[in-house]
Parts: sequence; C-alpha cells; structure tokens
Amino acid sequence: MKAKHQRLILALLALGGVAGAGVLGASALRDEAAYFRTPEEIEAGKAVVGEPMRLGGMVAANSIKRQSDGITIVFVATDGKASIPVQFTGIVPDLFAENSGMVADGRMRADGTFVADKILAKHDEKYMPPQMEGMDKAVAKAAAKT
Amino acid sequence: MHAYANPTRFLAIAKPLTPWLLGVGLLLLLVGGWAGLMLVPGEAKQGETARILYVHVPSAWLGMGGWTSLAIAGLVQLVWRHPLAGIAARAIAVPGMMFTALCLATGSIWGRPTWGTWWEWDGRMTSMLVLLFLYAGFIALTNGDEGQKQGGTLSRGAAIYALVGAINIPIINRSVVWWNSLHQGPSITLRGSSIDGALLWPLGLTVLGFSLLFGAIVLMRMRRIIADNRVAARLRRLADDEGN
Repeated sequence: MKAKHQRLILALLALGGVAGAGVLGASALRDEAAYFRTPEEIEAGKAVVGEPMRLGGMVAANSIKRQSDGITIVFVATDGKASIPVQFTGIVPDLFAENSGMVADGRMRADGTFVADKILAKHDEKYMPPQMEGMDKAVAKAAAKT
Repeated sequence: MHAYANPTRFLAIAKPLTPWLLGVGLLLLLVGGWAGLMLVPGEAKQGETARILYVHVPSAWLGMGGWTSLAIAGLVQLVWRHPLAGIAARAIAVPGMMFTALCLATGSIWGRPTWGTWWEWDGRMTSMLVLLFLYAGFIALTNGDEGQKQGGTLSRGAAIYALVGAINIPIINRSVVWWNSLHQGPSITLRGSSIDGALLWPLGLTVLGFSLLFGAIVLMRMRRIIADNRVAARLRRLADDEGN
C-alpha cells in the first residue's frame, strides 16, 4: 500500500469518527439547544411554573385583546396541537400579528398563563411581493393572466 | 492533478482567469444589486428591510462554502501533499472570514426591525458565530508559521483543524431544522423556493456575482503567495552567489 493511500484511509476514518461524534453531540443537544418550547411541549409538562423560559408559536387568529391600561395585551399562542394564553405589557415588534409566528421570553404562571417580559416576531421562510400577500399561488397566477 | 503543482502552469490559467472573474462578478453584482434595491418590490410583510437578503444570502453561502473549500484543501494537503493546497487554504481564509462577518452583520441589521432584537443565541446564529471564530483560529494558526516561509504549505495541525472545523458546516445548515430557532427555516431547498419568483431572480445574480468575486480574490491572493515565494527564492540565490 502506498503511503498516500494509507494517509487517505486514515484521514477518511478520522473524518468519519469526527462526523459521528458531531451527530451524537447534536442529537444529545436536541432538547437543550432548542431556542424555545412549543405549546405542546409545555402542555406535556415540560415547563416549571416561575422558571424563566421561552415560548414559541403562532398567534391565534382574532386572539389579540388589548387590556384597559392600553399597553397590556393578551393573546393565544398555538402550534396547532395545544394553545397557551400569553400576557405581555410593552411594545411589540412591527411584524407581530395574528396568524404569524412569535417567540415570548418570560415564565409560566400557576393559572396556566404565560407572562412575557419580551416578545420577538418570527418571520417565516416565505417571501412574497406585496400585491400577492394572502393570495394562494394558483389564484395569483390566474389573477396575473386576466 | 499534480500537473498544476507547477506554479508556472497554474499561473498560465490563473492569470487570465482573474480579470474575467472580477469583471463578470462585478457586473453581475451591479445588475443584481440595482435590481434588488430598485427594481423589485419590497416584501409583503417586511417591506424594504427584506432587500438585505441580496447580500445576506450570498455572504452566508460564501462563508460556508469558503470553509468547505478550506477543508478540502486541508485533506488534499494531508493526503496528496499537493503544493497548491496550502496556498489555496491560506488564500481562502481571509475572504471566507470576511463574508462570514458580513453575513452576521447583515443578519443582525435585519433582525432588529424584523424580530425586534439585534442578537439572540439561537442555533443558527450561534453556529454561524462559531464559524467566524473557526476562521479566526485558522488565520492565527497559519499566519507567519513555518509553512508560510516554506512556500505556503499547511502544517499537519492546521490541515487537521480545517478538516475538523468542517463538522460545523452541516450543523449550520441543519440548525433551523433540528432545533426550534428564531431564524426561519430554509427558503430555498431541492424541492423549490418559497421566495416568490418576482423577488428571487436578483438573488441568483448576486449569489453568482459574489461567488465570482470570491474566486477572483482567492486567485489574486494565491498569485501573491506564489510571487512572494519566487522573490524569496531569488533572494536566496543572490545571497548564495554573493557568498561564493
């Protein structure tokens, strides 16, 4: 066996080992590296009341209610499987809206409401020109033709 | 492959190729940048801020592509001892790091109005920051080392470092799929694009334009290292002649 073949096999074996270690590490981190918890995970008992955590989900349609003090809002965060009411006092980002993703920083209250100190809006992977917003692709194409 | 180990042969291709990569790359960037900033409409929800995508996406692609090439160069150095591998790795490191930094900076600028934060420690952002530190480590490891004085080869340590660092590339790519993250999932996959065609085409131009520019910078930096080697060799010969 030539020296360079030996080096190639050695390098590939080492690379395989490192890749394996990386995959094991990533799968072990699966739970810990999550940036937020979903409502489903919280309902399954993964949240401790009073512990700081992040909750991520969609803002349910027609759920944003402004309280009488003018700066507190209450809405429902959902992932389609479970829903958690969220209360927040402060200014939300421009992109925070119903039927859109958000991540809230805060803690669970004993009554099952999530009290947020900070709200971030999450943008999805879809990029649309303005006149096609909310339009189905097929509808948009048909509209473009007429 | 070793035919191009001869620097003269390599230069015969690299030299005429450089101005072409540079010229066509800049032209594509000019057209793509103009189209992205002026011609196409703003995005429906984000408005004008979405336009930063035409710089952010190519930067991410080159930051990650740069390290992938660096790792391949490290492998070629370790296994075949190809004399250009180390030179290529040294040439790639600085522009690769620059584009990684540009990706992080544009992402942060976009994140403030879109998400409401400059920085969050989610999987995508953290792994991209690790890539920036990996580049910094590689540059610190190779700048001014013994190999640089010996024509630009990589030490075994630097080559192994480049290979091991490559494990971060699939982690960056999958970070938004494996873990809940603030960063959105992939828009462009093998199955298609969730960026509407009306907004997508300038991105193709800027990705290609930045890539050609990257190629031109790497070739220029490689040629510089080869020129340095020649100067050093000539000085050594002169010193030997005077010594006799």
